[in-house]
Amino acid sequence: MASSLKADLRVSIGSLKLKNPVMTASGTFGYAKEFEPYVNLHRLGAVVVKGISLEPRAGNPPPRIVETSCGMLNAIGLENVGVERFVKEKMVFLQDVNVPVFVNILGDSIDEYRVIAKRLKDVPGIAGIEVNISCPNVKKGGVAFGTIPEMAALVTAAVKEESSVPVVVKLSPNVSDITVIARAVEDAGADAVSLINTLIGMAIDHKSRRPCIANVIGGLSGPAIKPVALRMVYQVAQAVSIPVIGIGGIETYEDVLEFMLAGATAVQIGTANFINPRASEEAVEGLTRYVVDEKLSSIRDVIGGLILP
Amino acid sequence: MSQFQEKTEITRIERLTPDVFRITLESSEIASRARPGQFVMVRTGDGKDPLLRRPFSISQTSSGKYFQILFKVIGRGTSMLAHCREGEYLSILGPLGSGFTFDCKADNCLVGGGMGIAPLLFLGKSMLRNCTLKPPTIVLGARNKEELAPLIKDFKELGLSVYPATDDGSLGTHGLVTDILKGLDLAPTCKMSVCGPTPMMTAVHLFCKKKEISCQVSMETAMACGMGACLGCIVPLAKGGYAHACSDGPVFDAKELLWQVR
Ligand SMILES: Cc1cc2nc3c(=O)[nH]c(=O)nc-3n(C[C@H](O)[C@H](O)[C@H](O)COP(=O)(O)OP(=O)(O)OC[C@H]3O[C@@H](n4cnc5c(N)ncnc54)[C@H](O)[C@@H]3O)c2cc1C
Ligand SMILES: Cc1cc2nc3c(=O)[nH]c(=O)nc-3n(C[C@H](O)[C@H](O)[C@H](O)COP(=O)(O)O)c2cc1C
Ligand code: FES
Repeated sequence: MASSLKADLRVSIGSLKLKNPVMTASGTFGYAKEFEPYVNLHRLGAVVVKGISLEPRAGNPPPRIVETSCGMLNAIGLENVGVERFVKEKMVFLQDVNVPVFVNILGDSIDEYRVIAKRLKDVPGIAGIEVNISCPNVKKGGVAFGTIPEMAALVTAAVKEESSVPVVVKLSPNVSDITVIARAVEDAGADAVSLINTLIGMAIDHKSRRPCIANVIGGLSGPAIKPVALRMVYQVAQAVSIPVIGIGGIETYEDVLEFMLAGATAVQIGTANFINPRASEEAVEGLTRYVVDEKLSSIRDVIGGLILP
Repeated sequence: MSQFQEKTEITRIERLTPDVFRITLESSEIASRARPGQFVMVRTGDGKDPLLRRPFSISQTSSGKYFQILFKVIGRGTSMLAHCREGEYLSILGPLGSGFTFDCKADNCLVGGGMGIAPLLFLGKSMLRNCTLKPPTIVLGARNKEELAPLIKDFKELGLSVYPATDDGSLGTHGLVTDILKGLDLAPTCKMSVCGPTPMMTAVHLFCKKKEISCQVSMETAMACGMGACLGCIVPLAKGGYAHACSDGPVFDAKELLWQVR
């Protein structure tokens, strides 16, 4: 049994020490309780909960999801219970599970990000904040915060000011040069960056001549985006000196190793949780066996270990 | 909540019509806990395409050890399932969702259309076992005799009588299930349980609303996870906002949903 094997899988995200590099991605793991029947939550490096806004949001009309080749498109519309109910109802369960919890936050103004961060400050059980900057800035005509370096920096600084835990900024891949945004948020004080969020895509049903999801465009995730994610993680890891958390199409421990070789300190598993709810725990088991079999002193030896031609 | 991720063995696969199949799977974990109206998420292959699991109603259980799914081939996933062989294993998540509720003291009426008939067999069987006083009234519809006859057979074997309706009149009433309902003498205390295509469920809901009959419906939506995590499977509510078909449903009180009435 992998669980009885001993291997050093510890990694650090800012001041936070994780027992292993495997986290779950926001919006794909609910509030963790949904996965309790399948996963030993305490064995994961960390969990990231569904994005939380200041007020509850109902989200987009149906259909919200459609499967595409080796992936899926979603336009959930950031449905969530709002920060107040999150703290009162969802955190209670999470406080009893021995796993670091990252709260993914979102807003449509810099002020909204700031107020949420302030509300979460000092709530017991929160190990870190992940800032989703892929949301439209309502005051600036709906342009996503994550696409303009100055805006991304302002959001980062605002959240940082109100937080006592590490702040991870989650980058949007829908930009012409992701390293520019990564450097901007690093300079603004981010403790780490996570990437990638979903790639904007579209699916059409030729028979009905309609878009497959009501929002017309949506976010692509799953194995289909892995090569793009790997490339971006590789580029960002070289551009910044803070830890990089790799996300995009990760399913197995082999995928985790690839992202770590590209320079990721940790990873998040997203869409794969839907197909195999045990994917995250199985990745931890796989990494344990790998470190033992390869006789590594630590998984950290793998980070950035890509051998170039 | 008891849910499992299981490698289950296919103990039997039957072809009921050219495109309708029934698979019997062995899992005492799932079979012994399942309730009528619940569903399972099935992985149709080991590859990455199709990627997501597919939802199927549990159409019956037996000996607390076996359960069946009944499905029609409509796309890649169902076509891969149709090509499975006995002795192979399928990865299953379940049992998922809320089930139907039933009250033995009420007159129960089950209305099914097409593949929506699948969960009603399980419900009818449970009613027979638990409600010895009065068997449910069963109304089933499909496109034609070829599709409907093998599905009715299961109910008949249980000793339940069925009012059939087909679109082409090849079996039973020529028309819709609501045409049959109109001719039945249903008490206002009757409880209707419905599963089928949305237009059919809309019609039955409107019928029940007019007669002030209580009506529960099992909703079908696209689903990525089946366990309340992706928030992709919403159904609009009458009071505004949405419910999640996989975790709040798939069975809902029809009055609580928002129906598109043309
Ligand atoms: C709770 C629940 C229970 C279900 N129970 C059953 C069951 O017992 N038996 C059964 O046969 N099916 C059932 N379904 C529907 C079943 O899940 C779909 O038929 C299946 O996912 C199709 O997969 P596929 O890969 O073959 O088709 P896909 O490749 O996903 O789809 C092929 C084409 O069919 C369309 N399509 C997708 N779903 C449906 C649908 N439900 N009806 C009509 N067209 C559709 C798609 O838009 C696409 O154009 C259930 C669904 C839900 C949500
Ligand atoms: C259904 C769904 C909902 C998501 N919701 C969020 C969210 O609320 N906040 C966020 O930052 N990312 C969200 N994401 C993006 C994922 O966290 C992840 O970045 C992306 O899916 C890529 O990883 P994957 O290919 O492993 O899924 C969501 C993704 C999916 C599929
Ligand atoms: S199918 Fe994912 S929440 Fe219902």
